[in-house]
Amino acid sequence: MGLLSDPNRRRALISLLTRLNAPICVLCYFAAVCWFMGLSFEPFTLRTYMSENAMGSTMVEERFPAGERALATAKEFGAHKKKVGGMPVDWLVKTMQARGLEVFTQRFSRTLPFPDENNERYIVEGTNVYGILRAPRAPRTEALVLSAPCSPGDDNNQAVGLLLGLAHYFRNQVFWAKDIIFLVNEHDLIGMQAWLEGYHHTNTTGMDWSPLQGRGGSIQAALSLELSSDVVTSLDIVLEGLNGQLPNLDLANLFYAFCQKIGVLCTIQGRIQRNDWDSVSGYSHAVQTMMLMVMKQASGRSWGDHGLFLRYHIEAATIKGINSFRQYKTDATTVGRLLEGMYRKLNNLLERLHQSYFFYLMPSLSHFVSIGYYMPAFGLLAVILLLRALDLWVQLATPPSRNEDGVADIEQSSTGVLSVLTPLVISHLTGAALYMLPVRFQEMAVEHFQVSETEAVVLTAIAVYTGGLALPHNTHRLISGEGTEQGWRVLKLVAVLYLAVLLGCTALINFSLGFILALTLVPVASFVTPHVPKLLSAVVLVILSPAFTLLFSVFIFQELQEMPVSFQDGWMLYLSVISQGILDHYLYGSLVYPLIALMVYPCWLLFWNILFWK
Amino acid sequence: MAAPLTLLLVVAVTIRAALYRSSLAEVIAERVEVVSPITAWKRVIEGLALLDLGVSPYSGDVFHETPLVIYLFHFLVDYAEITFMLADVISAIALYLAVKEYNKQVVRKKQKFALEADRYPQDCLELIRSPKEMLYIPLKVAMFYLLNPFTILSCVAKSTCGLNNAPQIITPHCFKISFAVFLCLATYQSIYPLTLCAPAMLYLMQRQYIPVNYRRASFWWFVVQYLFMYLGSLFVLICLSFFLLGSWDYLPSVYGFILSVPDLTPNIGLFWYFFAEMFEHFRLFFLCVFQINVFFYTVPLSIKLKDHPVFLMFMQLAVISIFKSYPTVGDIALYMALLPVWSHLHRFLRNIFLVSCVLLACSVLFPVLWHLWIYAGSANSNFYYAITLLFNVAQILLVSDYFYAFLRREHHLIHGLYLKKKDGSEATLVLK
Repeated sequence: MGLLSDPNRRRALISLLTRLNAPICVLCYFAAVCWFMGLSFEPFTLRTYMSENAMGSTMVEERFPAGERALATAKEFGAHKKKVGGMPVDWLVKTMQARGLEVFTQRFSRTLPFPDENNERYIVEGTNVYGILRAPRAPRTEALVLSAPCSPGDDNNQAVGLLLGLAHYFRNQVFWAKDIIFLVNEHDLIGMQAWLEGYHHTNTTGMDWSPLQGRGGSIQAALSLELSSDVVTSLDIVLEGLNGQLPNLDLANLFYAFCQKIGVLCTIQGRIQRNDWDSVSGYSHAVQTMMLMVMKQASGRSWGDHGLFLRYHIEAATIKGINSFRQYKTDATTVGRLLEGMYRKLNNLLERLHQSYFFYLMPSLSHFVSIGYYMPAFGLLAVILLLRALDLWVQLATPPSRNEDGVADIEQSSTGVLSVLTPLVISHLTGAALYMLPVRFQEMAVEHFQVSETEAVVLTAIAVYTGGLALPHNTHRLISGEGTEQGWRVLKLVAVLYLAVLLGCTALINFSLGFILALTLVPVASFVTPHVPKLLSAVVLVILSPAFTLLFSVFIFQELQEMPVSFQDGWMLYLSVISQGILDHYLYGSLVYPLIALMVYPCWLLFWNILFWK
Repeated sequence: MAAPLTLLLVVAVTIRAALYRSSLAEVIAERVEVVSPITAWKRVIEGLALLDLGVSPYSGDVFHETPLVIYLFHFLVDYAEITFMLADVISAIALYLAVKEYNKQVVRKKQKFALEADRYPQDCLELIRSPKEMLYIPLKVAMFYLLNPFTILSCVAKSTCGLNNAPQIITPHCFKISFAVFLCLATYQSIYPLTLCAPAMLYLMQRQYIPVNYRRASFWWFVVQYLFMYLGSLFVLICLSFFLLGSWDYLPSVYGFILSVPDLTPNIGLFWYFFAEMFEHFRLFFLCVFQINVFFYTVPLSIKLKDHPVFLMFMQLAVISIFKSYPTVGDIALYMALLPVWSHLHRFLRNIFLVSCVLLACSVLFPVLWHLWIYAGSANSNFYYAITLLFNVAQILLVSDYFYAFLRREHHLIHGLYLKKKDGSEATLVLK
């Protein structure tokens, strides 16, 4: 308690912190960046290992023989799909019934708030078909799910074929202790959302769906399968789910263990693991893999059909078959054996997967960075905000002149409150406008301008965002009198603390999003005062604003995926990313768009306000 | 001063009414930080339903409020929202009047000192507040109570905590008999206000100029008188409850529930995690330790602060809200409302910045970690308890900081503001 009670030591510490504030902040920032970059250096990471005892070894014998038959079924499915021009519901029901499953269907419909131009859909109607294999060995209290999306065109036929093949094979085995649900969902995530809501009797997004006629036990784990070719060169596992949620690491470990055992090439983020971690290229490979994961997680969207399961406490991942130009190919039988092995292991589970990590980043499939290792990188950034706040507090607590009488003091404090409250309220109202207006005003925008609905939404969002920049003038008009030196300090103190709490909470829920926002917003928060050169700072401030962060992220993401785009294409991609973000919020309840619109953007506006303080 | 107070009341009631009408009310009513197993409105409804069916509301281990509350809502259940808003408004007005009364007393005392002699050293004049500075304090206190988000949440969740707060607040400005009755009502509601007896007695004695001296007969006579009134009204209340219900089974269900802490639903207190983790055979021992902890501080605090009963009351309220078995944010709001009364201590506070940052961050982190634990399933109870612990440590630091500041001001009032060491250099006060 020495520090908290001894005034001399406190004074020394505080004077040290205020005197060296700027150097310490700069140091912290670089330390944070270096720490983050160091995370993917292999000696600093942990090897993955299976924590769950029930899945401890890979000692199951996989005997799935029917890969060829599965591919034949896939062809048949493809033909029927083409004939019906959508999901061949009757055929699927008949086929599943022939394989001895209890088959049910679920109809759903959903009108999107505005047309989705990427997937070309507006009014969505579809049917999910699912068959339940009842557990012969146990009461039906628990279930596993294997799903395959029925996509338009020729995609994913093989996944459905393999699913039916596995269903047929599993039916003849006696060791299942959990119900296994084979689900073919239409319209990928929308169908999945309808099915999950129906299964759990919730309705969070206002979708219409018919209630499920048959249910299994509580779902313990789920895998979603995407397979578009008869042979694959490698299998890719996708973990990032809605709002940046990740499944338990044991699920990834299980996949990795079986790939090793069966000898299938496995990747994460579509990147093969390399063994030369001590070379520069090996290290940069690991960094890029991890950066891809960070970017995907920060986007808050579900990168596969599994993403919505995570919300219901169900560990889930998507397994994607990739067919590239490599020599060595894996056939459908082997993929089937891999899935059989994984399901037999999951079947052994005695409780939900909970032993391993939920918060992790993966620079490769065999290595991971746990929360204890990556949080310091964010902590160092948060410390900067706290140091700045402390500095401001000290400045406020020791006013330069103390010869005012009490009355003047009271008046000053009341205008202080007003001058802080007004920008706070106004910037939050702008944030609320950014959240509400784009979808509300699309019809009006379409009437008056030559744009499509989607463009109208995105352009309105950008317009509101830009309009917010004009705020400082309006705020000052509202406050009578001039802003005082004390006033902006109080406002900045509030804004800095607000940002610290906001980023801290974001980083807890979705580390990547919190870290990326902190990287750009912390410098803004620490350097802005009304006394820095206006024009230059304004440019820096705009470049570091959330919208530009998103723009840069789009380009960096494309670069990391080795698909660099020109500025023109990048801009179009940027617009579509915004519309997808808004759609994700309305369709699945992703929180990134409201977070940015209602919290981060108003917070940034406060700093904009401070810069133009008069 | 009536106009600003009325305006404040109107604003507060409007905010509450608007929140009652919004969809947020349901969400708030489910939050464990806002409602405890004792104060949850859902449980009151359940108790009412049982009562209507002619079953004892205490059968079934759901309802744990006192019989008076259930009979109150037996008549007022359709006007529940108005009742809760009214309780808050009454509390705020009571706070306003009580603080006004207290300020008057402070000014009178100061005048007396000024008349008698130069009791205070010259350089302490800046420590003494002028009536002008104190003019807005009652209004600020009412504002801190009514516009505190914690109070608003508690009211919107229809947590009966608001009703429990009302009698605790009404106590300080009434006469002896009503003082005893209201305090006894508060005790009847949740046992812990028992410790407020000490400041109440000290306060009354100070007003009647009875010296706190245990060799004087008048002191003991007063104590006996007061305790008689207090215990008498407690007896009446308990018997009244018995006659209302016709059975004694409310005693174990209300007071047994508070004291033995069988319900370990997470809340912002310290009990749940500790007792969930503990081996069963240690339970009784630690139960005693934890419960004595709440009552124990009364003794040293009353001895140290016997001349300052109102500050003692503030300290007691804080201690209760930190260490009680089922705390909610409504309890915290009660003692936080009194913070403006001690605004003159600000220059002596040491950690106020740190502590308020921690309190702010913790209040936001509660729902976030709850989400991660219960809904996302990625965090666990340790995360939530860590924040609970931090929140309570911050509260303890806040209270001890105010305590230190108060003592230091008193010290300065006697010894002068600028202390000198024997060798003439500037001295500093250190708490060791």
